[in-house]
Amino acid sequence: MATRTLRILFNNALVVVVSLIVFTPVYLVFINALKTKAQASSMGVDLPTSLQWKNFEIVIERGGLVTTFGNSVLYAVAATLICTTLAALAAYVLSRNRTRLNRSIYLLIIAGIAMPTNFVTLTKVMQLTHLINTQLGIIVLYAASHIPLNVFLIYAFIGSLPRELDEAAIMDGCSPLRLFASVIYPLLTPVLVTASVLNLLDFWNEFLLPLYYLNRSVYWPMTEAIYNFFGQYQSDWSLVSADIVLTILPVIIIYLVAQRFIFSGWTAGAVKG
Amino acid sequence: MEKSRMRDRVYPFYFIVGALILYLFFFVLPSVMGFFYALTDWNSYSSQVNYVGLDNFELILFSGHGYLQYISNTVVFTVVTIIVKTVIALGLALLLTQRVRRLAPLYRVVIYLPSVLPMLAVGLIFKSILNPATGLLNTFLRGAGLGFLAQQWLVDPSWAMPSVIGVDTWKGVGYIMVILIAGIEAIPSEYFEAAAIDGAGGGKILRHITLPMLMPVLTVTTVLNLLYGLKVFDIIFVLTHGGPGHATDTVYTAIFDEFSKGRWGIATALSSLLFLVMIGLGYLVIRLMNREEEG
Repeated sequence: MATRTLRILFNNALVVVVSLIVFTPVYLVFINALKTKAQASSMGVDLPTSLQWKNFEIVIERGGLVTTFGNSVLYAVAATLICTTLAALAAYVLSRNRTRLNRSIYLLIIAGIAMPTNFVTLTKVMQLTHLINTQLGIIVLYAASHIPLNVFLIYAFIGSLPRELDEAAIMDGCSPLRLFASVIYPLLTPVLVTASVLNLLDFWNEFLLPLYYLNRSVYWPMTEAIYNFFGQYQSDWSLVSADIVLTILPVIIIYLVAQRFIFSGWTAGAVKG
Repeated sequence: MEKSRMRDRVYPFYFIVGALILYLFFFVLPSVMGFFYALTDWNSYSSQVNYVGLDNFELILFSGHGYLQYISNTVVFTVVTIIVKTVIALGLALLLTQRVRRLAPLYRVVIYLPSVLPMLAVGLIFKSILNPATGLLNTFLRGAGLGFLAQQWLVDPSWAMPSVIGVDTWKGVGYIMVILIAGIEAIPSEYFEAAAIDGAGGGKILRHITLPMLMPVLTVTTVLNLLYGLKVFDIIFVLTHGGPGHATDTVYTAIFDEFSKGRWGIATALSSLLFLVMIGLGYLVIRLMNREEEG
């Protein structure tokens, strides 16, 4: 009995320690965002002696965060809408009409989950299409980058929708587009929410594509902006922390609100079969 | 025949076109173009592009210019993160599903949290934590009387890669853990009950039931870690920029470096090499992700 209690205690302690290790860096950045420059210089775990809320004001102004926040929202939301819609349309037909050609297309698309991007020659494509250094260009790239994962997730889900639905709608004289829009699309809501949340988080966090294809700072999303801000203000950890907090707060909120979709989405894909 | 025409009408091909064009044009086309440009001296200094055969590949693989080090750094990063993340994530998943179930959802939310944060922000936070003089880690070690463990984390060439791997594990372990938890929960409970009736202990159950049943999921997490590791960029770019020296330079940081220097032919050749390796792995992914079809 005693060893059992001891073991339970040990297991709990272990998980608590791991959770603390995970949580401390996040705590650190929130706490230091509210300190004075002098107190934040060592980025310690001590509480702020006085709350410097104006750090956020300074960062928003000097970092141009209103613009970059707007950019990040625009890129993430627009790319998510484009990507999930196109992927849903494609996954639906690929799943329902499994001709030889469609099966090959499906395999070709999901192979993209593994493929690396050739950023060098992609520059050439971006120049040819005049999309380089444009906001439309970065939205298109974000959307294209997640087509494979989205097709994969939605395709698996469509397999679980009974075909009788389609047949009934066709009998009623629905056009393919009507059938998709008014019968199938609403039923896809669970997987579309999951895919959208995953997309939003990934697009918000994306750093590499803008690094290659957006050289104008007015178009930067928050990730590039924060990197640049750090370059200028690395001696002032209170400001850098405030900038980090403002960058990660949106994803933390999305995460806490939508965690069950995140957990269900990834695991459904990985565990099935 | 009639039936397939009917199907083509109800499920028209043009539904696929949007996604397919985006994918082909922005991802497949550059990869294909890459194989041609990899055979040229394409660069920013001259508008002429000349065919140079396999020179770029020779330079990368046999010239001793350090490219092999970037490749081996990438392999080391990938292999070590796969092992470390899998072992820790598996341990945590077992704890949360079988030992400390009461607060498990709360722990899960905390441990997964870093996975949703931008790597850029994570990197900056850890730049401060790993600062040799003022960082929290060394301060903590000295305070706990473990000062001899304090290192020049990101500055010392032999500690830079382990430090980067440590930060990457901090960020990525929760993600793997969540997938493994789902895998463990998907194992029918009758197996565990039957084993318990037969008097099997925790160790035996783990070895003969949990691990074998979890193998498919472990394969998936390994592939995910593998794909991530080979393409690693953000964490290295923000923490060390590939340094000190080239101690943490990987294929993706090297490509960016060559790209910035305007040596596009070599950058493309590096990218194409990685593509060849990963297309092989891509085949593996298809086999894995497509199990439902065949099974």
